[in-house]
Amino acid sequence: MTWLNQVVQITLVNLMNVPRRLGTSLVVVVGIAGVVGVLVSVLAMGEGFRHTLASTGRPTRVIMLRAGSDAEMSSGIARDQATVLGSLPGVARDGAGRPLVSAELFVMVDLPRHGQTDPNNVPVRGVQPAAFAIRDEVRIVEGRRFERGVREVIVGRKAAREFAGLGVGSRIAFRDSDWTVVGMFESGGDVHESEIWADAEVAMSAFRRSGFQSVTATLADPSQAGLDALKASIARDRRLSINALREPEYYAKQASILSRLIGVLGYSVATFMAIGATFGALNCMYSAIASRQTEIATLRAIGFGGAPVVVSVMIEALALALVGGALGGALAYIYCDGASLSTLNFNTFSQVAFDFRVTAGLLVQGLVCALLIGAAGGLLPAIRAARLPVTVALRTA
Amino acid sequence: MKYLPLLWAQLFRRKTRTVLTVLSVLVAFLLFGLLEAVQVAFESGADSADAKRLLTTARYSIIDPLPMAYASRIERVPGVVGIAYADWFGAKYQNESNAFAVFAVDPARYLDMYPEFQIDPAQREAFVKTRTGAVVGQRLMERYGWKVGQKLPLASEIHAKTDGSLDWEFDLVGVFDAEDPAVRANTEVVLINVAYFDEARAVGRGKTGWYIIRIAEADQARAVAADIDRIFLNSPDETKTAPEKEFALGFAKQIGDMGALVTRILIAVFFTILILTGNTMAQSIRERIPELAILKTLGFSNTTVTALVLGEAGLLFFIGAGLGMLAAVAVLPVVNGGTGGRFPPLFVDPATWLWAAGVAVVMALVVGLPPGLRVHRLRIVDALAGHR
Repeated sequence: MTWLNQVVQITLVNLMNVPRRLGTSLVVVVGIAGVVGVLVSVLAMGEGFRHTLASTGRPTRVIMLRAGSDAEMSSGIARDQATVLGSLPGVARDGAGRPLVSAELFVMVDLPRHGQTDPNNVPVRGVQPAAFAIRDEVRIVEGRRFERGVREVIVGRKAAREFAGLGVGSRIAFRDSDWTVVGMFESGGDVHESEIWADAEVAMSAFRRSGFQSVTATLADPSQAGLDALKASIARDRRLSINALREPEYYAKQASILSRLIGVLGYSVATFMAIGATFGALNCMYSAIASRQTEIATLRAIGFGGAPVVVSVMIEALALALVGGALGGALAYIYCDGASLSTLNFNTFSQVAFDFRVTAGLLVQGLVCALLIGAAGGLLPAIRAARLPVTVALRTA
Repeated sequence: MKYLPLLWAQLFRRKTRTVLTVLSVLVAFLLFGLLEAVQVAFESGADSADAKRLLTTARYSIIDPLPMAYASRIERVPGVVGIAYADWFGAKYQNESNAFAVFAVDPARYLDMYPEFQIDPAQREAFVKTRTGAVVGQRLMERYGWKVGQKLPLASEIHAKTDGSLDWEFDLVGVFDAEDPAVRANTEVVLINVAYFDEARAVGRGKTGWYIIRIAEADQARAVAADIDRIFLNSPDETKTAPEKEFALGFAKQIGDMGALVTRILIAVFFTILILTGNTMAQSIRERIPELAILKTLGFSNTTVTALVLGEAGLLFFIGAGLGMLAAVAVLPVVNGGTGGRFPPLFVDPATWLWAAGVAVVMALVVGLPPGLRVHRLRIVDALAGHR
């Protein structure tokens, strides 16, 4: 009990002294805030990207691609194949008995970012009428849907935000033709919001394509058995060489390269920064100890033990680290959360827009990182303070 | 120079402190070296670009093909001295999409267009003559353990053969390499002979992905590009021609502002290090006020003492930055090995050394000037009386 009492007393003295050593303490706080801020921001970018792809698609839907293709861009499905796929028994039907299936064209157009002139690969999706019934998360937030058979497009909210000339009412030039933007849609922040949608038939003639890239359908039976039955019926049909997979599975694959890249970047930068900041924290804690050498020696001379001194110095270091970590996390939250970014997804070769997401998990990770730096930076100086012989400490101070 | 021992003695007055400070500076510059290498890699296409090369792609999207017949028409444009073309094969190797790029090319034209790719003349000849031939970059060859003379099985995600199969097989007849590290990144590619490819594919015959054009004079680039695009204006396949560098930069921009991201991270890093070292430096000087006063008493001028303080900061950053950059040079081969060649090779560009030197000087000034000026103003009497 006396031990604990000593710890509490010394810690209180230490913490009350912090304002007197404001400069040094602030340095620890700012240093650690820098590390945590960078760590949380970079990881928030990766988190946002993963979230965008993870929230795309429903397990009740399948996307069908040519066997051997991993992405829509490289897939190809002929018109007659698409018709066969739509009539398979595993595909759900609406109230009127029509299959819930949409054969889709997936191409890219060059559009500049706002205020720039360099082209970006912006995805254009030609969809069949059932697409809106299948993807019920798609909501028009401005304007209206495109008319069938007319050169009209609707644009995803994120595409409109990133790229120039996509406001409702504006006209855009694609290959061979002029199109009017008649609406803007939202789809829960998923990848489709980075796309431009048009009527599949009109888009095919304008882009001079004779086939589709993919077929998306709602499963009649969303269970594994239902999917297996659909796959089996595709395999039985010799006209088809098609791979069907659940949408979430497909979109998770599309995130692989970029999320690995962001993860590696984030963690390696943060690790190096953390090492650098640990050296800085060590320096600051050493000088904090040095400036209190007499004080600590006096405490020990009047009977305080070595261990309480170590613990109290550690507590001070951890407290400063925690403040730094919280500050860094807060800065990352203020500056990054919700900030949007569009980049080239290497898997699909097209632009995908996403928002930075500073999640509670990331903030906790940042605080843990801060505490680790604090612990590493505080331990050696604390031990040194406790081990210096009292006589020496009092004489050399 | 004669003050160097003095600077050294000052620096190591408190060993632990100096070592820790140098280490934190070292880490900052290590990070600087690594991140700049990443940035250089992203823009390496632009660095290795030849000012006398133009690229022609379909006007509305890079994925649209262009007729091969355009070659002879482009060749006739005044100022054009050479032309090559390439098509994207969309390779899948060992079940991995785009593990590396495969271009279908006219062998002689393509290798003439890129003289920086070095290839044995006999192998080049074999590539020209073998319809099913393929040549690969040295790095790919090493990564997959291929040997010249073997069959090279490649699946395509895009191009089916006339029998509907996506599985292709080529004869590996040669290997090419490049000296310049920036160009080496571009050699991570397999070139296949378009003669066989175009004949054997089911759709898209007679079309190619893009044209590479050599012009006589670099300063004519704009004019020639405009002339080429004018020929095909209002045709079913309109073109877009740009200097190679512009094309590469545009592609790097697609990734977004990588440069801005890296710069922001580095600003955060250096700001943090600045605060840490700045505080340490200030404290270290504060402790030595009486000593510095004694130096002045001995006849050192105000300026000399200030210079000593600045020199100390400079030496600190010189050592830290130098070691950090050396560490980056040492670490990069490990990183390159770790990415398995999935990423272009990273290297420290000579320009990065200059930048590092510049940053080190600025940091040393920012950290050294406040205590330096304080020492400049120091009056001997006050200093000796005030302290103890």
